[in-house]
Amino acid sequence: MAIDILMPALSPTMEEGTLVKWLVKQGDEVKSGDVLAEIETDKATMEVEAVDEGVVQEILVAEGTQGVKVNTIIAKLKGEGEEAVSAPTAAPAPVATPAPAPKPVVAAAQVVEKSFEGMETTKTTVRDALRDAMAEEMRRDEKVFLIGEEVAQYQGAYKVSRGLLEEFGPKRVIDTPITEHGFAGLAVGAAMAGLKPIVEFMTFNFAMQAIDHIINSAAKVLYMSGGQISTSIVFRGPNGAAARVGAQHSQDYSSWYGNVPGLKVVAPYDAADAKGLLKAAIRDPNPVVFLEHEMLYGHEFDVPNDDDYIIPIGKAKIRREGTDVTITCHARMVGYALKAAEELAEIGISAEVIDLRTIRPLDTATIIESIKKTNRLVSVEEGWGPMGVGAEVVSVVVDQAFDWLDAQPVRVHQKDTPLPYAANLEQLSLPQVADVVAAVKIVCNK
Amino acid sequence: MVAKNASPSKGKAAVVSKANMANREELLDYYRQMLLIRRFEEKAGQLYGMGLIAGFCHLYIGQEAVVVGMEAAQVDEDSVITSYRDHGHMLASGIPARDIMAELTGRATGCSGGKGGSMHMFSKEAKFYGGHGIVGAQVALGTGLAFAHQYENDNGVTIAYFGDGAANQGQVYESFNMASLWKLPIVYVIENNQYAMGTSVERASAEIELYKRGISFEIPGEQVDGMDVLAVKEAAERAIEHARSGKGPVLLEMKTYRYRGHSMSDPAKYRPKDEPKQVRETRDPIEHVKHLGLEHGLFSEDDLKVIDKEVKEIVADAAEYAQTSPEPDVSELMTDIYL
Repeated sequence: MAIDILMPALSPTMEEGTLVKWLVKQGDEVKSGDVLAEIETDKATMEVEAVDEGVVQEILVAEGTQGVKVNTIIAKLKGEGEEAVSAPTAAPAPVATPAPAPKPVVAAAQVVEKSFEGMETTKTTVRDALRDAMAEEMRRDEKVFLIGEEVAQYQGAYKVSRGLLEEFGPKRVIDTPITEHGFAGLAVGAAMAGLKPIVEFMTFNFAMQAIDHIINSAAKVLYMSGGQISTSIVFRGPNGAAARVGAQHSQDYSSWYGNVPGLKVVAPYDAADAKGLLKAAIRDPNPVVFLEHEMLYGHEFDVPNDDDYIIPIGKAKIRREGTDVTITCHARMVGYALKAAEELAEIGISAEVIDLRTIRPLDTATIIESIKKTNRLVSVEEGWGPMGVGAEVVSVVVDQAFDWLDAQPVRVHQKDTPLPYAANLEQLSLPQVADVVAAVKIVCNK
Repeated sequence: MVAKNASPSKGKAAVVSKANMANREELLDYYRQMLLIRRFEEKAGQLYGMGLIAGFCHLYIGQEAVVVGMEAAQVDEDSVITSYRDHGHMLASGIPARDIMAELTGRATGCSGGKGGSMHMFSKEAKFYGGHGIVGAQVALGTGLAFAHQYENDNGVTIAYFGDGAANQGQVYESFNMASLWKLPIVYVIENNQYAMGTSVERASAEIELYKRGISFEIPGEQVDGMDVLAVKEAAERAIEHARSGKGPVLLEMKTYRYRGHSMSDPAKYRPKDEPKQVRETRDPIEHVKHLGLEHGLFSEDDLKVIDKEVKEIVADAAEYAQTSPEPDVSELMTDIYL
């Protein structure tokens, strides 16, 4: 039984090539691994090796022939002894299947936000709310552990992990060397094996060293493994501008991570949300990037006295109802937007303030519903404008509520500069309450 | 320690090689496993040539003794992680040839449902954690698998494979540091096939004796003839025992060689033309086992022919399966992004 030897494709882009030279002739015995011919591809000259054993029966394409199409039969081998397995000559046609209704991209939220009303609350800082969330989840699930720089003995660079080492011991509260790439990779590996790491980055600026593992390892492994390997892991730490720490310690990564399928991205404002969303993030079977804000750590808010106070990821919150304009914002900018709304009320503009809370998946329904009421949009974010969260919000609104808009949307964001150190320049670069007020006046023609 | 693949010798003739005793069944099993990898890879190369496998495809031909020898010293609790040159590691982990070949052709029946491809394959069941396309990433991830073994106290050891190229990545040393500091149960295996894509070890590494790379982390290192499956197994047993007993990581440098280019589209012009031929003729891992057994009368040519036929059938069946299986349903595009 003759075995066809086909013109091989030797690179992803090769469609045809030159058969430069035959290294065997008719009648030669060849075995697997023997070089049969040299072929020039679009990239280089390559050797073609035999896969089967046999005798060269016939050479069908002479050496020196140019433009030999991939999969052309270039020679025939006569198999020896046992039946030779002949190589099929063409790829089967792809099976055409009708497009069924797609499965939901994001599983429906498994938790429903409890109403605040009727609950007893305690004034708690954002810092302690985050700590309480971790402690409660660590009590609940042995697989949860905290790892990062200075999280154990030092109690956290920003004291977020205060008391955790004492309660849970060094097995579950782990100080690492200064080695972000390494410990992020280690934590993702541990998550692949079924543990539930909380990775604290001293700031998200340092997570730049680890972003490969957050995206290439954590976000993509579920897809690449056909659903076999998941990573239930939280990457958390302060994000955005602090005070006078300069360019390398002051960047908002919301839109960076918000761009990546496979990640969930959360950026809370107050202590109740910080706690409820961190608990949800720890329980989530997916990788969650949890962006805290250093300037909010010390702020106090009411937090319900409830160990099961969980806020679903993917739900925005209307912080203030209004009728004239919708302001979308997240993290520290929520406070700015609320202040702006108060000032605007004094001049007769009723602003609705939407705290996005989750950047991915974005709660587009809440935004669109609000736009249908107010017909005007101002987006506010601390980070840079180009390709930013505001750009996405505007795009969603234009896509889904274009006809409801009475004015073109306006974005408020950081100026297009690295963050300066000088106090006056720093303030100029970052969005201020006055910028929000000014933007609203523009969209409201006031 | 119970070996996964080897069966203990009971009154059978044995040969001495590199201070290791091997019997007939063991040698035949190594021969079968290595031959399966080689024939599988040759077939994969052929299917690539026909356009049925696309993208990047890195073959393991020449390096078979490393993974087969390592696997022979592992137990079921142990986990494995490697780079994008992963087909051989999957076969050695006991993952069916069909599942792997169908992933290479991008079909629904592939081990990642066609969504991973050659460089991104996994089997949770076999504790095979990939298949990673970013050079060196598997070293940090593998260290995390070892962290999980220690955390769960499940007696498992992680085997993390990487190449001489990855040995220059920073995260490798970040991982070494933590693994040694915390005495994690992991064996790091550098498969030194002498070329990181087109760059030889000499051109890329200030210290070319890569087993010494753990010294400043107090990780014991050993250089092993990676073309001799018995030497690999013997070193693996020692290293794995060390890691399992709580003494921390071990670094094994396997001196090996890849016969083919870095990937299917690499003509390998950066090394002397007759170098692969010379290695093949003098150090081939499969021929080595074959000669050892024949020379000592442990098995006959006929015994090998039975295995050759069996392997040929497995590979032919896998290739057929990989070509006739359907492509993933279009609805699969949007699944497995979130749980």
